[in-house]
Amino acid sequence: MAISASELNHLCHLAKLSPDEATKEKLNKQLGGIVNYMDKLAEVNTDGIEPLYSPVIHTSAVREDIAKVRQTAESILANAPETDGKYFIVPRIVEGK
Amino acid sequence: MSDLIFQSIASATKALKNKEISATELTAASLARIDATEDALGAFLSVYPEDALKRAAELDAQGFDPSKPLWGIPISVKDALATKNMTTSAASKIIENFIPPYSAYVVEQLEAAGAIILGKNNMDEFAMGSTCENSAYKSTQNPWNLKCVPGGSSGGSAAAVAACQSFASLGSDTGGSIRQPASLCGLVGLKPTYGRVSRYGLLAYASSLDQVGPFARTVEDCALMLSVIAGHDERDSTSSPRANEIFHDASNWKKDLKGVTLGLPKEFFENQSMNPEVAKVCQNTIDEAQKLGATIKSVSMPHLPYSIAAYYIIASAEASSNLARYDGVRYGHRSAQPKNLEELYNSSRTEGFGEEVQRRILLGTYVLSAGYYDAYYRKAAQVRRLIREDYENALKECDALIAPVSPIVAWNKGSVTDPLQMYQMDIFTLSLNLAGLPGLAIPVGMAENMPVGMQILGSAFEESKILSIGQCITEHLGTNGQYAKL
Repeated sequence: MAISASELNHLCHLAKLSPDEATKEKLNKQLGGIVNYMDKLAEVNTDGIEPLYSPVIHTSAVREDIAKVRQTAESILANAPETDGKYFIVPRIVEGK
Repeated sequence: MSDLIFQSIASATKALKNKEISATELTAASLARIDATEDALGAFLSVYPEDALKRAAELDAQGFDPSKPLWGIPISVKDALATKNMTTSAASKIIENFIPPYSAYVVEQLEAAGAIILGKNNMDEFAMGSTCENSAYKSTQNPWNLKCVPGGSSGGSAAAVAACQSFASLGSDTGGSIRQPASLCGLVGLKPTYGRVSRYGLLAYASSLDQVGPFARTVEDCALMLSVIAGHDERDSTSSPRANEIFHDASNWKKDLKGVTLGLPKEFFENQSMNPEVAKVCQNTIDEAQKLGATIKSVSMPHLPYSIAAYYIIASAEASSNLARYDGVRYGHRSAQPKNLEELYNSSRTEGFGEEVQRRILLGTYVLSAGYYDAYYRKAAQVRRLIREDYENALKECDALIAPVSPIVAWNKGSVTDPLQMYQMDIFTLSLNLAGLPGLAIPVGMAENMPVGMQILGSAFEESKILSIGQCITEHLGTNGQYAKL
């Protein structure tokens, strides 16, 4: 199944990507081909088959919920593109004075 | 330069123990090998000679410690694994210069075992690729023929070990990213059972498929590396609570394969894309296994042809969700002068992610979006269960399965550019990750002057069994311990 231009724009919006028009054209063609190939799965009869989302065969181990200090604010902020030493800084979100 | 760097970890450990060489001398030899070969190879994104030598000097000052199985051994790790105080970028521009404040569980384990970490190996960006050509920084060359790809995504790890820049490396395998480069570079590579090794500190691509594992030149070294990195870690809720095992116990190695039944999944061997020279080498390996006493049994896995479609739906879906964290806010690349928050997200991600990564994020977004979820994502998860059942049925009658890893030997760089054609090269490796089972790639010979590998696939948590079968076959074929004469 082909992916329409408006559908691709919607996907880009959801995925927070903004490729240029030339890239979009290329992506549209490639994704269409890939999705066409994926449609092969329709051949498989999966009536009554439970989906398998994780291959884990053991029960997840549980542990006591004890707070631990693994990192300091300083070490976490060290990789931030913009910080005031205490918080991550982003462009203004709320319009105001 | 010490010739020891061309030998196994086991040989180097003996020399270290007997004080024939110091950890500093061995590390210096590995660094000299990197200096001599790295321009041609491009296996590393970063090397830390001073840190490595400092660590070696500390170990020498403390003296050889037999309780540390990797004491003084120079090792490298894939750039997808977090390393405290070493850059970790997963070969992506979006986290260029990122220095994690913590190390991955497996890196902690290597350090506790006395290993010396030389640096970080190149890879396809976020482990998405089969050639290392998707790295945002450089391409890696295959040490057996520099015009060819080393495979991927852990191609830098494979090239480094095959060229004896390091004794072993850690990679990650989401759909074949350890087994395929191991095979194309003539190495031993293991994808452990899902849950055998903690994923804490592995930069996530597809969380239900990702598993960390070792590359080495001998099966014994690979087993030793697994002994070091396996084990329960409470920071990864999917890591198995079962007790750890010693995988490198030599008493586990078999002299022959008497009493062992190996299954040949006919869908692997009937594949049309199989190169006849590679097929010949694989057939010879099966004949030799039979001479060693193995019973060979044909088995059928009817859903195998659907593994590419199921894999790329599930992996892309998980990737689109996992990679949402790279938003330009807390770490990594931020676009210059964004007008508002929306533009900050969009521009940072579009500038930071490479083409293949964006393609998979969009594909994943598509298969998870309203109206398509049932037809693609849910359907793929149902097929995934059928694929796992195929494995379970086949393994009921056999000790392990044996199959090719790649339909062709390492190909020329730049010769495959269509994404779907590239995905189809992974036909023999993807299904194992969907099933969550362990697989060991072993070198079995040469075709067109390049290495050929096969994989031994086992039941969950039966790594010891596939390692012992792999050891027996490679010893018999004389491929155990081989390396590229670069």
